[in-house]
Amino acid sequence: MSNELRAPGFESMPDPMLRAEALAAIYPQLAEEGVIVVTIMGAVAVELYNLGHRHSFFYLEHAMGLASSLGLGIALAKPENPVVVIDGDGSLLMNLGTLSTMARYAPANLTHIVFDNESLLSVGGFPTATSTGTDLTGIAIASGIPTVVRADTADSFTSAVKTAITGPELTTIVAKVAAIGPKSFHMDLALLENRFEFSRYVRSLSQSV
Amino acid sequence: MPVSIDNSRVIYDALKAVNVRMMSALPETWLVHMIRMAEDDPEMTLVRLAKEEEGVGISAGAHFAGVKSAMLMQNHGFLASINGIVSFAMLYKIPLLMLISHRGDLGELDPWQTQGGIVTRPVLRALGIPTYPLSDPVTVPKTIRQAQALAESALTPVALLLTRDLMWEELM
Repeated sequence: MSNELRAPGFESMPDPMLRAEALAAIYPQLAEEGVIVVTIMGAVAVELYNLGHRHSFFYLEHAMGLASSLGLGIALAKPENPVVVIDGDGSLLMNLGTLSTMARYAPANLTHIVFDNESLLSVGGFPTATSTGTDLTGIAIASGIPTVVRADTADSFTSAVKTAITGPELTTIVAKVAAIGPKSFHMDLALLENRFEFSRYVRSLSQSV
Repeated sequence: MPVSIDNSRVIYDALKAVNVRMMSALPETWLVHMIRMAEDDPEMTLVRLAKEEEGVGISAGAHFAGVKSAMLMQNHGFLASINGIVSFAMLYKIPLLMLISHRGDLGELDPWQTQGGIVTRPVLRALGIPTYPLSDPVTVPKTIRQAQALAESALTPVALLLTRDLMWEELM
């Protein structure tokens, strides 16, 4: 199937922002003490890691689709701490039910960012269904997520993330980004090293349920 | 519906006794009483799922936060969760306490449950997941206590199979 099969009214962004730049813009919020960050695998994990790894960052390097479920579990167990999930279109499409589960419990401390590059970049850039018109913003709204924001510029994205992290409601932020990744996917961090240091950090924070 | 309320209570109380405070679940007949008990319990965070695999993420999150959790699912839900179990829980060494209703085993009358029932143990064995049946209410608390201890010391999923003998009161 080619990209020419598009839903009526669908238009790709002419000049989408770079995910690496969007991440750099929100890095100060992500790196703040007490903020817990979970990412999906691949390019976005490397890009956040390259900005400066923190013990509060966990990169789920497999189990596609489950980063948001992990974030929900942490957010429910640590209601006093902001939790930010950095998801992608391919991962979210693989676990759309997560939106209904998140909406059902709607923890106020959870922020769900979806970088939508309309492609499975890490495996060669095959287009996902968002390239032919599937609208993740619409799906999130219809799933019952209390606040859903579409933010396609660096300024609107940064301000949406700041508001969501400090705000009183579960928020999903969908940002269209260019399908461009890092030159190298190397991270000098073993999976289990990341897992244990992250868990130790999360447990060191305020009271759990 | 002859699902044993008494034995559901024994299992639920045993989970509470080992400090389980978060429970993910997707309803099926044998699990309904336990899910209602969780719902009525202000000390329990119950997460009702759209698909069982989400529960791997929920339990991982609870574990990272130091909260003890359990997963309630049917064996077909377990079969639907295998990638999450393998490439999250096993890859990242996350303990999972999985209570799996073993439908399609001895005495099953529903034809649609039988194929899943037949492959459940072989699949668990192939994955190397320690698996124990829960059949006798007298030994349930001890087995749950020991299964949680093993899951947490080995950092592995452990499967407890809820059998018809335990969950179903109709004799056949």
